[in-house]
Amino acid sequence: MTTTVFRNARIVDPSQDMDATGNIAVENGRIASCGGTGVPKGADAIDCTGKLIIPGLVDARVFVGEPGAEHRETIASVSDAAAAGGVTSLIMMPDTSPVIDDVALVEFVLRTAREQASVNIYPSAAMTKGLNGGELTEFGLLRDAGAVMLTNGRNTVANNLVLRRALTYARDFGLVVASETQDETLAAQGVMNEGLFASWLGLEGIPREAEIIPLERDLRLAELTGARYHAAKISTSESVEAIRNAKTRGTSVTCGVSINHISLNENDIGEYRTFFRLSPPLRSEDDRRAMVAALESGDIDIIVSSHDPQDVDTKRLPFADAADGAIGLETLLAAALRLHHNGDVPLLRLIDAMSTRPARIFGLDAGSLKPGSRADLAVVDPDEPWLVSKEELRSRSKNTPFEDARFQGRVTATMVAGRFVYEIS
Amino acid sequence: MVFPHRHLLGINGLTELDISFLLDKADEAVKLSRQREKKTSSLRGLTQINLFFEASTRTQASFELAGKRLGADVMNMSVVNSSVKKGETLIDTAMTLNAMHPDILVVRHSSAGATALLAQKVGCSVVNAGDGAHEHPTQALLDALTIRREKGRISGLVVAICGDVLHSRVARSNIILLSALGASIRVIAPSTLLPTGIEQMGVEVFHSMEEGLRGGDVVMMLRLQRERMTGSFVPSVREYFRYFGLDTQKLAFASPDALVMHPGPMNRGVEIASEIADGPQSVIEAQVEMGVAVRMAVMEALLLSGNGGPAL
Repeated sequence: MTTTVFRNARIVDPSQDMDATGNIAVENGRIASCGGTGVPKGADAIDCTGKLIIPGLVDARVFVGEPGAEHRETIASVSDAAAAGGVTSLIMMPDTSPVIDDVALVEFVLRTAREQASVNIYPSAAMTKGLNGGELTEFGLLRDAGAVMLTNGRNTVANNLVLRRALTYARDFGLVVASETQDETLAAQGVMNEGLFASWLGLEGIPREAEIIPLERDLRLAELTGARYHAAKISTSESVEAIRNAKTRGTSVTCGVSINHISLNENDIGEYRTFFRLSPPLRSEDDRRAMVAALESGDIDIIVSSHDPQDVDTKRLPFADAADGAIGLETLLAAALRLHHNGDVPLLRLIDAMSTRPARIFGLDAGSLKPGSRADLAVVDPDEPWLVSKEELRSRSKNTPFEDARFQGRVTATMVAGRFVYEIS
Repeated sequence: MVFPHRHLLGINGLTELDISFLLDKADEAVKLSRQREKKTSSLRGLTQINLFFEASTRTQASFELAGKRLGADVMNMSVVNSSVKKGETLIDTAMTLNAMHPDILVVRHSSAGATALLAQKVGCSVVNAGDGAHEHPTQALLDALTIRREKGRISGLVVAICGDVLHSRVARSNIILLSALGASIRVIAPSTLLPTGIEQMGVEVFHSMEEGLRGGDVVMMLRLQRERMTGSFVPSVREYFRYFGLDTQKLAFASPDALVMHPGPMNRGVEIASEIADGPQSVIEAQVEMGVAVRMAVMEALLLSGNGGPAL
């Protein structure tokens, strides 16, 4: 078995609190050594001078179109997109058709991934049947089949008692419950952040309270039940505050933010650009700044792409009639590096938030370059300038809010279990 | 002067000069419309399609007449009950019509931004005849023309816009246009019918007609949709009329020579009493006349002096 050695790289591995120059050796699909200077005889040496090596990214929120909407994204195509973005592990959302709420569907995803995917695909399972917020699914059987977390997907559970029971029952099986919170009655027909800008555009707004009220309820129920709760995708400064308070009270809570919400704000919608129509909606610049600060401090634990493929049939419509969502796997790292380049968040914390921390929260064998770990890693040129071009995206859907964006820093190679799954041409 | 726009998608984006140019041109069109011979040939040979995704008899008729008076061939397409229901999208419909080589599309749609989206996809000029709660530029222009002709000026006037500002594209376009021409704008409505951030839109906000109308030169009433009258935004028609309907007592707070306006169609007894609508201060019929003139001016400006010109 050949050994691959990445020479003279800047190794950034939050799991070892490491940011140092050295070599990484990969043998039999595992990390053999990390940080030394030696090159074993007969090893395949790759010069990585000026490059970063990071543990492969772990994206905890990815929507895929398979089964049911394969024209938007398949497990194979999402895997290609992930590899190009340095994402070596992803948690797939259960919002498919049919919904992943049954053991057979978890098995379908894992089987398809085994046969067709080059990155690690971890299915999550619906917390309620059909994601309808009523009847609980078989948490134990789903976990044993391979589901790594429970979630109600895009929907918020409205019924407090159902949520309480779900949290209580999930606790017994050690499963994390990840929730996006939006009160349907307050959000009503809203399509963007409520405020002056929405008013001028003549679009119905979604008040920030539509997120905060159910989030605060969830946090109280998490405290009551002792369950492991993950606020999947927050968008307001008050949500940050609520999470911080819950953490102070000792609740077992973690929190995520999408790359879009820390990179963009509502003004990016401009003249009704539907690729910026997201759920939760993009908020104000003050919210974005508050979340960036919370990311830096660790109050926000992780960054997700919230990759959500939509096609022209759902996006090339008037703003109010279009679907929510944006793709993000291929631009996740580059967009996050903006926060490093402009000094907002240290590199080590950024990689932690996109790799080590999500792996730890969801119990995945990922997010580390320690010797013995599975050799999932990305080689990154931290300074390479590039322009996002629709044509070059590997995702089947092209609904990126970063179309024609200029980035600094790009994944040049991605390795999963010791095998290159992506190399820049 | 050359009118430097290919489309009219909103008042936002027009300069004060653009607006005055259109109003002056509309004054000419009024003269023409009052003659026995009302037809010119300035748009002869050009094709105008009125594409209405939302029913509207008045606006559609006004645009049709405007086009005909300019000599254009006018076709009306009401898409409210046709192919769109069969799953054809806005863009598909637009592309189909575009292939027929129209020179100008007049579009009304229930979604904000729909006309702008359409304008990106077609090769001819587009006039926004109302898009959701966003803008209704020709309505604001005709309101301004009516005011200017009645009062001789717009600058310095106090204009009170009353009623359902939240859902009103007429209010948004008027706020932008009349502010640009130097009027001071007040809005009067219950808070449930006002958009978030209204106080940052350069207007004074009132929740009482008596206070808001005091000393006003123009009272512009807005239509309240029937489905919004019964418990969702306001509790009942009678409560609404009691506090926000324009009647003789409330109108008395405005200047004695204040103009009363309404974009139509009116709900008599809901937002406006019949005696006011038909009374001496009402210029509601004049608004209809100015509507045709303004639309003639807009289409001529876009097609003859606009930088777009007819699609080739």
